[in-house]
Amino acid sequence: MAHIVATQWPLLLTGLWHTILCSVIALFFSLIIGSLFAIFEIMPNRVMRIIGHVYVEIFRNIPLLVITMFFFVVIPLYVTKINGFTAGTIGLTIYTSAFIAETVRSGIQSVESGQMEGALSNGLTFWQSMRFIILPQAFKIVIPPLGNQFINLVKNSSVLAFVAGFDLMYQGNMIANNTLQTMPSYFIVAVLYLVITMPLSYYMRHLEKKLA
Amino acid sequence: METVQNFINAYSWTNIHYLLQGLWVTVEVSVASIILSFIFGTILGVIRYANIKYVSAIIGFIIDLIRNLPLLIIIFFTYFGLPNLGFKPAIIEAAILAMTVFESMMIAEIVRSGIMAVDSGQMEGALSNGLSYWQGLRIIILPQALRNMIPALVSQFISLVKDTSLATIIVLPEMMYHAQIIYGQNTNYIIPMFVALAVLYFVVCYALSLIARYFEKRMSYSK
Repeated sequence: MAHIVATQWPLLLTGLWHTILCSVIALFFSLIIGSLFAIFEIMPNRVMRIIGHVYVEIFRNIPLLVITMFFFVVIPLYVTKINGFTAGTIGLTIYTSAFIAETVRSGIQSVESGQMEGALSNGLTFWQSMRFIILPQAFKIVIPPLGNQFINLVKNSSVLAFVAGFDLMYQGNMIANNTLQTMPSYFIVAVLYLVITMPLSYYMRHLEKKLA
Repeated sequence: METVQNFINAYSWTNIHYLLQGLWVTVEVSVASIILSFIFGTILGVIRYANIKYVSAIIGFIIDLIRNLPLLIIIFFTYFGLPNLGFKPAIIEAAILAMTVFESMMIAEIVRSGIMAVDSGQMEGALSNGLSYWQGLRIIILPQALRNMIPALVSQFISLVKDTSLATIIVLPEMMYHAQIIYGQNTNYIIPMFVALAVLYFVVCYALSLIARYFEKRMSYSK
Protein backbone atom coordinates (compact mmCIF):
# COMPACT_ATOMS: atom_id res chain seq x y z
CA MET A 1 0.00 0.00 0.00
CA ALA A 2 2.85 2.35 0.83
CA HIS A 3 4.22 1.52 -2.58
CA ILE A 4 1.02 2.64 -4.28
CA VAL A 5 1.00 5.90 -2.37
CA ALA A 6 4.67 6.45 -3.17
CA THR A 7 4.26 5.96 -6.90
CA GLN A 8 0.74 7.25 -7.50
CA TRP A 9 0.61 10.28 -5.22
CA PRO A 10 0.30 12.81 -8.08
CA LEU A 11 -2.93 11.13 -9.19
CA LEU A 12 -4.22 11.06 -5.61
CA LEU A 13 -3.43 14.72 -5.11
CA THR A 14 -5.18 15.82 -8.31
CA GLY A 15 -8.13 13.66 -7.29
CA LEU A 16 -8.29 15.21 -3.85
CA TRP A 17 -7.99 18.68 -5.34
CA HIS A 18 -10.80 18.11 -7.86
CA THR A 19 -13.08 16.58 -5.24
CA ILE A 20 -12.60 19.52 -2.88
CA LEU A 21 -12.82 22.11 -5.64
CA CYS A 22 -15.99 20.62 -7.08
CA SER A 23 -17.60 20.34 -3.64
CA VAL A 24 -16.82 23.91 -2.69
CA ILE A 25 -18.04 25.35 -6.01
CA ALA A 26 -21.20 23.26 -5.89
CA LEU A 27 -21.82 24.25 -2.25
CA PHE A 28 -21.44 27.95 -3.06
CA PHE A 29 -23.85 27.95 -5.98
CA SER A 30 -26.33 25.53 -4.48
CA LEU A 31 -26.54 27.72 -1.37
CA ILE A 32 -27.51 30.68 -3.55
CA ILE A 33 -29.93 28.75 -5.76
CA GLY A 34 -31.31 26.76 -2.84
CA SER A 35 -32.00 29.85 -0.71
CA LEU A 36 -33.65 31.53 -3.68
CA PHE A 37 -36.04 28.63 -4.23
CA ALA A 38 -36.63 28.34 -0.48
CA ILE A 39 -37.82 31.95 -0.49
CA PHE A 40 -39.96 31.25 -3.57
CA GLU A 41 -41.60 28.44 -1.66
CA ILE A 42 -42.83 30.72 1.11
CA MET A 43 -43.60 33.84 -0.92
CA PRO A 44 -47.13 35.27 -0.73
CA ASN A 45 -47.36 34.96 -4.53
CA ARG A 46 -48.96 31.64 -5.43
CA VAL A 47 -47.22 31.24 -8.81
CA MET A 48 -43.81 31.67 -7.20
CA ARG A 49 -44.71 29.14 -4.53
CA ILE A 50 -45.62 26.60 -7.17
CA ILE A 51 -42.40 27.25 -9.09
CA GLY A 52 -40.34 26.74 -5.95
CA HIS A 53 -42.23 23.64 -5.03
CA VAL A 54 -41.98 22.04 -8.47
CA TYR A 55 -38.25 22.70 -8.66
CA VAL A 56 -37.59 21.14 -5.27
CA GLU A 57 -39.79 18.09 -5.80
CA ILE A 58 -38.41 17.36 -9.27
CA PHE A 59 -34.76 17.50 -8.41
CA ARG A 60 -35.13 15.75 -5.07
CA ASN A 61 -36.78 12.77 -6.71
CA ILE A 62 -34.43 12.19 -9.63
CA PRO A 63 -31.09 10.43 -9.15
CA LEU A 64 -28.01 12.62 -9.18
CA LEU A 65 -26.51 10.36 -11.83
CA VAL A 66 -29.39 11.04 -14.23
CA ILE A 67 -29.01 14.80 -13.78
CA THR A 68 -25.25 14.68 -14.18
CA MET A 69 -25.35 12.43 -17.24
CA PHE A 70 -27.96 14.71 -18.76
CA PHE A 71 -25.59 17.66 -18.66
CA PHE A 72 -22.65 15.56 -19.76
CA VAL A 73 -24.46 14.06 -22.76
CA VAL A 74 -26.94 16.71 -23.85
CA ILE A 75 -25.00 19.98 -23.56
CA PRO A 76 -22.17 18.92 -25.93
CA LEU A 77 -24.77 17.74 -28.42
CA TYR A 78 -26.85 20.91 -28.65
CA VAL A 79 -25.03 23.75 -26.93
CA THR A 80 -21.31 23.70 -26.41
CA LYS A 81 -18.38 21.48 -25.53
CA ILE A 82 -18.24 20.74 -21.84
CA ASN A 83 -15.78 18.71 -19.81
CA GLY A 84 -16.72 16.11 -17.25
CA PHE A 85 -15.72 18.26 -14.31
CA THR A 86 -18.00 21.12 -15.35
CA ALA A 87 -20.92 18.86 -16.21
CA GLY A 88 -20.53 17.04 -12.90
CA THR A 89 -20.32 20.25 -10.91
CA ILE A 90 -23.44 21.63 -12.59
CA GLY A 91 -25.32 18.41 -11.89
CA LEU A 92 -24.19 18.37 -8.27
CA THR A 93 -25.14 22.02 -7.83
CA ILE A 94 -28.67 21.53 -9.11
CA TYR A 95 -29.23 18.31 -7.17
CA THR A 96 -27.90 19.74 -3.90
CA SER A 97 -29.73 23.03 -4.32
CA ALA A 98 -33.06 21.20 -4.08
CA PHE A 99 -32.05 19.68 -0.74
CA ILE A 100 -30.67 22.97 0.52
CA ALA A 101 -33.91 24.68 -0.48
CA GLU A 102 -35.80 22.25 1.75
CA THR A 103 -33.40 22.81 4.64
CA VAL A 104 -33.45 26.58 4.34
CA ARG A 105 -37.23 26.65 3.97
CA SER A 106 -37.69 24.77 7.22
CA GLY A 107 -35.20 27.16 8.81
CA ILE A 108 -37.12 30.19 7.57
CA GLN A 109 -40.39 28.72 8.79
CA SER A 110 -38.98 28.11 12.23
CA VAL A 111 -38.22 31.81 12.57
CA GLU A 112 -41.10 33.29 14.51
CA SER A 113 -43.67 34.87 12.17
CA GLY A 114 -43.78 38.04 14.25
CA GLN A 115 -40.31 38.84 12.93
CA MET A 116 -41.57 39.18 9.37
CA GLU A 117 -44.62 41.15 10.45
CA GLY A 118 -42.42 43.46 12.48
CA ALA A 119 -40.08 43.99 9.56
CA LEU A 120 -42.90 44.68 7.14
CA SER A 121 -44.65 47.09 9.48
CA ASN A 122 -41.37 48.94 9.93
CA GLY A 123 -41.48 49.74 6.25
CA LEU A 124 -39.08 47.14 4.86
CA THR A 125 -40.03 45.38 1.62
CA PHE A 126 -40.44 41.59 1.49
CA TRP A 127 -36.96 41.07 0.06
CA GLN A 128 -35.35 43.52 2.47
CA SER A 129 -36.88 41.85 5.50
CA MET A 130 -35.83 38.45 4.13
CA ARG A 131 -32.27 39.63 3.72
CA PHE A 132 -31.82 41.61 6.92
CA ILE A 133 -34.20 40.01 9.38
CA ILE A 134 -35.28 36.49 8.46
CA LEU A 135 -32.37 34.87 6.64
CA PRO A 136 -29.69 35.77 9.21
CA GLN A 137 -31.80 34.10 11.92
CA ALA A 138 -32.75 31.17 9.72
CA PHE A 139 -29.16 30.41 8.75
CA LYS A 140 -28.12 30.19 12.38
CA ILE A 141 -30.70 27.43 12.85
CA VAL A 142 -29.85 25.52 9.70
CA ILE A 143 -26.07 25.46 10.02
CA PRO A 144 -25.89 21.85 11.33
CA PRO A 145 -28.21 20.40 8.64
CA LEU A 146 -26.39 22.44 6.01
CA GLY A 147 -23.14 20.95 7.24
CA ASN A 148 -24.62 17.49 6.77
CA GLN A 149 -25.65 18.52 3.26
CA PHE A 150 -22.05 19.49 2.61
CA ILE A 151 -20.84 16.09 3.79
CA ASN A 152 -23.35 14.49 1.42
CA LEU A 153 -22.11 16.78 -1.29
CA VAL A 154 -18.52 15.62 -0.82
CA LYS A 155 -19.66 12.00 -0.94
CA ASN A 156 -21.89 12.62 -3.94
CA SER A 157 -19.05 14.28 -5.81
CA SER A 158 -17.84 10.73 -6.49
CA VAL A 159 -20.43 10.76 -9.27
CA LEU A 160 -17.82 12.69 -11.24
CA ALA A 161 -16.13 9.34 -11.80
CA PHE A 162 -18.91 8.55 -14.28
CA VAL A 163 -18.13 11.57 -16.42
CA ALA A 164 -14.32 11.57 -16.22
CA GLY A 165 -14.26 14.46 -13.77
CA PHE A 166 -10.77 13.62 -12.40
CA ASP A 167 -12.09 13.41 -8.85
CA LEU A 168 -10.80 11.10 -6.13
CA MET A 169 -12.99 8.17 -7.19
CA TYR A 170 -11.96 8.48 -10.83
CA GLN A 171 -8.30 8.59 -9.90
CA GLY A 172 -8.84 5.63 -7.61
CA ASN A 173 -10.04 3.64 -10.60
CA MET A 174 -7.05 4.81 -12.62
CA ILE A 175 -4.71 3.69 -9.87
CA ALA A 176 -6.48 0.36 -9.57
CA ASN A 177 -6.01 -0.12 -13.29
CA ASN A 178 -2.39 1.03 -13.26
CA THR A 179 -1.28 -1.10 -10.35
CA LEU A 180 -3.79 -3.98 -10.71
CA GLN A 181 -4.14 -3.89 -6.93
CA THR A 182 -7.81 -3.07 -6.60
CA MET A 183 -8.33 -3.56 -2.88
CA PRO A 184 -5.41 -1.41 -1.66
CA SER A 185 -6.15 1.30 -4.22
CA TYR A 186 -9.77 1.65 -3.17
CA PHE A 187 -8.71 1.48 0.44
CA ILE A 188 -6.43 4.48 0.03
CA VAL A 189 -9.17 6.41 -1.73
CA ALA A 190 -11.61 5.53 1.05
CA VAL A 191 -9.17 6.84 3.66
CA LEU A 192 -8.80 10.09 1.74
CA TYR A 193 -12.57 10.54 1.62
CA LEU A 194 -12.76 9.91 5.34
CA VAL A 195 -10.06 12.50 5.94
CA ILE A 196 -12.42 15.08 4.46
CA THR A 197 -15.77 13.85 5.79
CA MET A 198 -15.05 12.45 9.27
CA PRO A 199 -13.81 15.67 10.90
CA LEU A 200 -16.71 17.53 9.31
CA SER A 201 -19.26 15.07 10.60
CA TYR A 202 -17.87 15.05 14.15
CA TYR A 203 -17.76 18.83 14.12
CA MET A 204 -21.39 18.97 12.97
CA ARG A 205 -22.45 16.60 15.73
CA HIS A 206 -20.62 18.77 18.24
CA LEU A 207 -22.36 21.85 16.83
CA GLU A 208 -25.76 20.18 16.95
CA LYS A 209 -25.26 19.35 20.62
CA LYS A 210 -24.08 22.85 21.37
CA LEU A 211 -27.05 24.49 19.69
CA ALA A 212 -29.63 22.03 21.02
CA MET B 1 -41.93 18.38 -35.88
CA GLU B 2 -38.71 16.45 -36.04
CA THR B 3 -38.38 16.41 -32.26
CA VAL B 4 -41.90 15.05 -31.90
CA GLN B 5 -41.00 12.31 -34.36
CA ASN B 6 -37.87 11.58 -32.31
CA PHE B 7 -39.96 11.15 -29.21
CA ILE B 8 -42.41 8.86 -30.99
CA ASN B 9 -39.60 6.74 -32.40
CA ALA B 10 -37.75 6.63 -29.10
CA TYR B 11 -40.81 5.45 -27.21
CA SER B 12 -41.31 2.38 -29.36
CA TRP B 13 -42.72 -0.60 -27.54
CA THR B 14 -39.36 -2.40 -27.62
CA ASN B 15 -37.58 0.53 -25.99
CA ILE B 16 -40.23 1.13 -23.37
CA HIS B 17 -40.33 -2.54 -22.58
CA TYR B 18 -36.54 -2.55 -22.21
CA LEU B 19 -36.68 0.46 -19.89
CA LEU B 20 -39.40 -1.12 -17.78
CA GLN B 21 -37.30 -4.28 -17.48
CA GLY B 22 -34.61 -2.01 -16.07
CA LEU B 23 -37.12 -0.44 -13.72
CA TRP B 24 -38.00 -3.90 -12.48
CA VAL B 25 -34.37 -4.60 -11.59
CA THR B 26 -34.22 -1.22 -9.87
CA VAL B 27 -37.28 -2.13 -7.84
CA GLU B 28 -35.96 -5.62 -7.02
CA VAL B 29 -32.63 -4.31 -5.79
CA SER B 30 -34.32 -1.49 -3.88
CA VAL B 31 -36.86 -3.71 -2.13
CA ALA B 32 -34.27 -6.29 -1.16
CA SER B 33 -31.92 -3.62 0.16
CA ILE B 34 -34.69 -1.77 1.99
CA ILE B 35 -35.79 -4.91 3.83
CA LEU B 36 -32.27 -6.07 4.67
CA SER B 37 -30.98 -2.65 5.67
CA PHE B 38 -34.03 -1.99 7.81
CA ILE B 39 -33.38 -5.19 9.78
CA PHE B 40 -29.63 -4.71 10.13
CA GLY B 41 -29.96 -0.98 10.62
CA THR B 42 -32.39 -1.39 13.51
CA ILE B 43 -30.17 -3.98 15.18
CA LEU B 44 -27.05 -1.83 14.80
CA GLY B 45 -28.86 1.30 15.93
CA VAL B 46 -30.14 -0.40 19.06
CA ILE B 47 -26.71 -1.81 19.84
CA ARG B 48 -25.13 1.59 19.43
CA TYR B 49 -27.74 3.15 21.65
CA ALA B 50 -27.63 0.47 24.34
CA ASN B 51 -24.15 1.38 25.63
CA ILE B 52 -22.82 -2.16 25.84
CA LYS B 53 -19.24 -1.97 27.01
CA TYR B 54 -16.75 -1.75 24.06
CA VAL B 55 -19.29 -3.25 21.61
CA SER B 56 -21.34 -0.07 21.24
CA ALA B 57 -18.30 2.12 20.84
CA ILE B 58 -16.76 -0.15 18.19
CA ILE B 59 -20.03 -0.47 16.27
CA GLY B 60 -20.56 3.26 16.53
CA PHE B 61 -17.14 3.90 15.05
CA ILE B 62 -17.77 1.49 12.16
CA ILE B 63 -21.12 3.15 11.49
CA ASP B 64 -19.46 6.55 11.36
CA LEU B 65 -16.75 5.27 9.04
CA ILE B 66 -19.09 3.73 6.50
CA ARG B 67 -21.61 6.55 6.68
CA ASN B 68 -18.95 9.00 5.68
CA LEU B 69 -17.84 7.08 2.60
CA PRO B 70 -19.39 7.53 -0.84
CA LEU B 71 -21.69 4.66 -1.75
CA LEU B 72 -19.83 4.33 -5.02
CA ILE B 73 -16.66 3.22 -3.29
CA ILE B 74 -18.56 0.58 -1.34
CA ILE B 75 -19.97 -0.74 -4.60
CA PHE B 76 -16.41 -0.97 -5.92
CA PHE B 77 -15.30 -2.76 -2.78
CA THR B 78 -18.01 -5.38 -3.01
CA TYR B 79 -17.73 -6.01 -6.72
CA PHE B 80 -14.03 -5.61 -7.45
CA GLY B 81 -12.58 -6.01 -3.98
CA LEU B 82 -14.35 -9.07 -2.57
CA PRO B 83 -13.11 -11.43 -5.32
CA ASN B 84 -9.61 -10.71 -3.99
CA LEU B 85 -10.76 -12.20 -0.70
CA GLY B 86 -12.08 -15.30 -2.42
CA PHE B 87 -15.78 -14.44 -2.64
CA LYS B 88 -17.09 -13.50 -6.06
CA PRO B 89 -20.66 -12.18 -5.88
CA ALA B 90 -22.87 -11.89 -8.96
CA ILE B 91 -23.57 -8.36 -10.13
CA ILE B 92 -26.98 -8.14 -8.54
CA GLU B 93 -25.72 -9.69 -5.29
CA ALA B 94 -22.86 -7.22 -5.18
CA ALA B 95 -25.28 -4.35 -5.73
CA ILE B 96 -27.66 -5.50 -3.00
CA LEU B 97 -24.77 -6.17 -0.64
CA ALA B 98 -23.26 -2.72 -1.18
CA MET B 99 -26.59 -0.95 -0.80
CA THR B 100 -27.39 -2.94 2.33
CA VAL B 101 -24.06 -2.24 3.99
CA PHE B 102 -24.30 1.47 3.27
CA GLU B 103 -27.96 2.00 4.01
CA SER B 104 -27.88 -0.09 7.22
CA MET B 105 -25.44 2.42 8.66
CA MET B 106 -27.64 5.33 7.62
CA ILE B 107 -30.68 3.65 9.15
CA ALA B 108 -28.77 2.77 12.31
CA GLU B 109 -28.20 6.47 12.89
CA ILE B 110 -31.87 7.24 12.24
CA VAL B 111 -32.92 4.50 14.68
CA ARG B 112 -30.54 5.70 17.34
CA SER B 113 -31.69 9.30 17.16
CA GLY B 114 -35.29 8.09 17.04
CA ILE B 115 -34.78 6.17 20.27
CA MET B 116 -33.05 9.10 21.90
CA ALA B 117 -36.03 11.30 21.07
CA VAL B 118 -38.34 9.07 23.13
CA ASP B 119 -38.86 10.56 26.58
CA SER B 120 -36.48 8.90 29.06
CA GLY B 121 -39.34 8.48 31.53
CA GLN B 122 -40.71 5.74 29.28
CA MET B 123 -37.73 3.51 29.91
CA GLU B 124 -37.74 4.26 33.63
CA GLY B 125 -41.42 3.40 33.74
CA ALA B 126 -40.86 0.16 31.87
CA LEU B 127 -38.01 -0.83 34.18
CA SER B 128 -39.91 -0.01 37.34
CA ASN B 129 -42.82 -2.07 36.05
CA GLY B 130 -40.54 -5.08 36.08
CA LEU B 131 -39.62 -5.31 32.42
CA SER B 132 -36.00 -6.07 31.62
CA TYR B 133 -33.94 -3.52 29.67
CA TRP B 134 -34.35 -5.40 26.38
CA GLN B 135 -38.05 -5.96 26.92
CA GLY B 136 -38.47 -2.26 27.62
CA LEU B 137 -36.59 -1.41 24.43
CA ARG B 138 -38.54 -3.84 22.29
CA ILE B 139 -42.04 -3.37 23.67
CA ILE B 140 -42.09 0.21 24.93
CA ILE B 141 -39.37 2.28 23.31
CA LEU B 142 -38.98 0.97 19.75
CA PRO B 143 -42.64 1.24 18.73
CA GLN B 144 -42.71 4.86 19.85
CA ALA B 145 -39.36 5.59 18.25
CA LEU B 146 -40.50 4.06 14.98
CA ARG B 147 -43.30 6.58 14.76
CA ASN B 148 -40.88 9.49 15.05
CA MET B 149 -38.54 7.90 12.56
CA ILE B 150 -40.90 7.43 9.64
CA PRO B 151 -40.18 10.67 7.76
CA ALA B 152 -36.42 10.21 8.04
CA LEU B 153 -36.67 6.51 7.16
CA VAL B 154 -38.70 7.12 4.04
CA SER B 155 -36.45 9.86 2.76
CA GLN B 156 -33.59 7.42 3.30
CA PHE B 157 -35.44 4.81 1.27
CA ILE B 158 -36.07 7.34 -1.48
CA SER B 159 -32.39 8.11 -1.69
CA LEU B 160 -31.75 4.35 -1.73
CA VAL B 161 -33.96 3.97 -4.81
CA LYS B 162 -32.15 6.84 -6.49
CA ASP B 163 -28.76 5.45 -5.51
CA THR B 164 -29.40 2.14 -7.25
CA SER B 165 -28.59 4.05 -10.43
CA LEU B 166 -24.97 4.13 -9.27
CA ALA B 167 -24.78 0.40 -9.80
CA THR B 168 -24.63 1.02 -13.56
CA ILE B 169 -20.90 1.23 -12.95
CA ILE B 170 -20.79 -2.50 -12.29
CA VAL B 171 -23.18 -2.98 -15.26
CA LEU B 172 -26.18 -3.89 -13.16
CA PRO B 173 -28.93 -4.00 -15.82
CA GLU B 174 -31.17 -1.44 -14.11
CA MET B 175 -33.05 1.45 -15.64
CA MET B 176 -30.21 3.95 -16.07
CA TYR B 177 -28.05 1.34 -17.75
CA HIS B 178 -30.78 0.29 -20.13
CA ALA B 179 -31.47 3.92 -21.03
CA GLN B 180 -27.79 4.39 -21.80
CA ILE B 181 -27.87 1.41 -24.13
CA ILE B 182 -30.92 2.76 -25.95
CA TYR B 183 -29.59 6.26 -26.51
CA GLY B 184 -26.19 4.83 -27.37
CA GLN B 185 -27.73 3.44 -30.55
CA ASN B 186 -29.24 6.70 -31.74
CA THR B 187 -28.34 10.21 -30.57
CA ASN B 188 -31.87 11.39 -31.39
CA TYR B 189 -33.08 9.27 -28.51
CA ILE B 190 -30.95 11.01 -25.88
CA ILE B 191 -33.44 13.62 -24.74
CA PRO B 192 -36.49 11.32 -24.91
CA MET B 193 -34.61 8.77 -22.82
CA PHE B 194 -33.62 11.30 -20.17
CA VAL B 195 -37.20 12.52 -20.03
CA ALA B 196 -38.42 8.96 -19.58
CA LEU B 197 -35.80 8.29 -16.87
CA ALA B 198 -36.73 11.45 -15.02
CA VAL B 199 -40.43 10.64 -15.17
CA LEU B 200 -40.05 7.02 -14.07
CA TYR B 201 -37.69 7.77 -11.17
CA PHE B 202 -39.87 10.67 -10.16
CA VAL B 203 -43.01 8.54 -10.11
CA VAL B 204 -41.40 5.85 -7.95
CA CYS B 205 -39.80 8.25 -5.49
CA TYR B 206 -42.71 10.65 -5.29
CA ALA B 207 -45.10 7.76 -4.67
CA LEU B 208 -42.88 6.72 -1.75
CA SER B 209 -42.97 10.22 -0.30
CA LEU B 210 -46.77 10.31 -0.63
CA ILE B 211 -47.00 7.03 1.26
CA ALA B 212 -44.79 8.54 3.94
CA ARG B 213 -47.01 11.59 4.21
CA TYR B 214 -50.07 9.34 4.57
CA PHE B 215 -48.48 7.36 7.40
CA GLU B 216 -47.29 10.51 9.11
CA LYS B 217 -50.85 11.79 9.14
CA ARG B 218 -52.28 8.55 10.45
CA MET B 219 -49.63 8.39 13.14
CA SER B 220 -50.31 11.92 14.26
CA TYR B 221 -53.99 11.07 14.73
CA SER B 222 -53.17 8.18 17.03
CA LYS B 223 -51.01 10.38 19.23
